[in-house]
Amino acid sequence: MKNVMEHESTISADTAALHAMTDAEQSPAIAFEVNDLSVWYGQKQTIFNTTIDIPAQSVTAIIGPSGCGKSTFLRCLNRMHELVPTARHEGSIRLFGEDLYAPKIDPCVVRRRIGMVFQKSNPFPTMSIAENVIVGLRLNGVRDRAYLDERMEKALRMAALWDEVKNDLNRPGISLSGGQQQRLCIARAVAVEPEIILMDEPCSALDPIATAKVEELIYELKKQYTIVIVTHNMQQAGRCSDYTAFFYLGRLIEFAKTEKIFTNPSQKQTEDYITGRFG
Amino acid sequence: MRESFYRWRKIKSGLVSALCLLCAVLVIAPLGLVFFHLLREGASAVNWSFFTNLPKPVGEIGGGMANAIVGTFELLGIAALIGVPTGVLGGVYLAEYGSVRVNWLLRFICDILNGVPSIIWGIVVYGLIVVPVKSFSALAGGVALGFIMIPLIVRMSEEVLLLVPNGYREAALALGIARWKMTLHIVLKTALKGLVTGVLLALARVAGETAPLLFTAFGNRFWNHNLHDPIAALPLQIFAYAISPYDDWHRQAWAGALVLVSMTFLVNVAVRFLTRSRSAALAK
Ligand SMILES: Nc1ncnc2c1ncn2[C@@H]1O[C@H](COP(=O)(O)OP(=O)(O)OP(=O)(O)O)[C@@H](O)[C@H]1O
Ligand SMILES: [Mg+2]
Repeated sequence: MKNVMEHESTISADTAALHAMTDAEQSPAIAFEVNDLSVWYGQKQTIFNTTIDIPAQSVTAIIGPSGCGKSTFLRCLNRMHELVPTARHEGSIRLFGEDLYAPKIDPCVVRRRIGMVFQKSNPFPTMSIAENVIVGLRLNGVRDRAYLDERMEKALRMAALWDEVKNDLNRPGISLSGGQQQRLCIARAVAVEPEIILMDEPCSALDPIATAKVEELIYELKKQYTIVIVTHNMQQAGRCSDYTAFFYLGRLIEFAKTEKIFTNPSQKQTEDYITGRFG
Repeated sequence: MRESFYRWRKIKSGLVSALCLLCAVLVIAPLGLVFFHLLREGASAVNWSFFTNLPKPVGEIGGGMANAIVGTFELLGIAALIGVPTGVLGGVYLAEYGSVRVNWLLRFICDILNGVPSIIWGIVVYGLIVVPVKSFSALAGGVALGFIMIPLIVRMSEEVLLLVPNGYREAALALGIARWKMTLHIVLKTALKGLVTGVLLALARVAGETAPLLFTAFGNRFWNHNLHDPIAALPLQIFAYAISPYDDWHRQAWAGALVLVSMTFLVNVAVRFLTRSRSAALAK
């Protein structure tokens, strides 16, 4: 336990250093440009005219009370909301300048570039640990065994799972513990080498130690990826994100550097939520 | 006062328990009676020659139902070739692709088809194949059984596929896997045991069908491995022997029935075994 605490403090120290760095530079590169996004499920509107620029190579946390549309917003970013037959949206989302919803864009390609980790860990029950990690590559047509093995090891190392499973890669994925399963799902998502990783409450079913591992991992992944993470845990948002977006009743209330949101929010609602007065 | 109230409650409870027990016995009794009767009447005629010999001509004692047993398996093979791919693909459509309105219609049609008496299927195939070709045939028999299997398997496989949690579908799609690959490699693979179970149950169900074979496979006293000629089948042979006036044939009919019931029984046991290991795996 002591170890974990130490880790956390080093992480936040580093994060602070990084904030200082980015502060010094001019505005960072933008990954997602979301412009005037509105989303409906059937007749019911759940996201209202949201405009936001999500920076690349950093962690953006999305916070807000239950039902405010965090998951919906996240799923719009990789076109997963289209799986709900009644869902409909207006407005545009660009990734590095490219319109994700242009008619000639294949949603499969979008989702290959933008990976996703879900709240409930969901390794494929018919597959071993190894197969779970490489399934994205294999079903996208990669055949080369040696290459697959290499990518599998790399992904498992990135997910901080390699040392725990390297001796039984052929065990079923669902035989792992809950925390290990969630890291397996992260390995599965990074194995296809996406540019962005979306996480929807990835730690809500994990104990503090597994949570710390996943947070550490997020910190590692940030070096290569843009990460957007939905969380209900204020401390988590504070610990591992560079930017924070606060949603309330389907509207983006405030978006700023995490430090600013947590120390000096400009909106009354943000302050009330963060200090626990509602939500 | 209190005492009598209590007694009355006890009596009521006892009565209801007894009623439940009676119903349970009524449900189980026919199975026991059937098996007991089949064993008593048929066991003596189930011997090596029953499984290896052709039927003897009228008047001669002995012979067997080898051709009918093999014929039943051939018919089931043809039926499976038609019913399994069509049925499973139909189930995949309902569970993975179809729209609400189309699905409602398809389910409705399947449920109606499942209620159609099996003899109607025989007549339909008689009109479709036997009349134009001017011959009863193994093919026609297999097609009739296959038609009966299709709606059964569509409904069963749909239910099995809907049991696969949506999280697996989303996880696969989020990896950029195409929808049809996700269906094939993730959903169907996860549901495989359930699908096999459904197919086995459907096969067991049509294995005993007699009526749809009367106008299609027709029956045959000899070996036939030509799809265009009539073929023997256990239920047909049982039917023919049971309505004959000869004691030896009656014994053979009992034996045939015993073999048929044992076959379906074994399939059901296999299904239990499959589903048990599946629920054990899911519970992990
Ligand atoms: N598939 C769906 N069909 C219809 N309505 C939906 C669907 N998914 C979400 N909604 C509605 O959209 C609104 C926002 O839901 P969403 O899941 O985005 O909230 P959330 O902020 O992620 O909440 P939580 O923190 O509880 O996960 C809710 O009112 C919900 O009822
Ligand atoms: Mg959510």
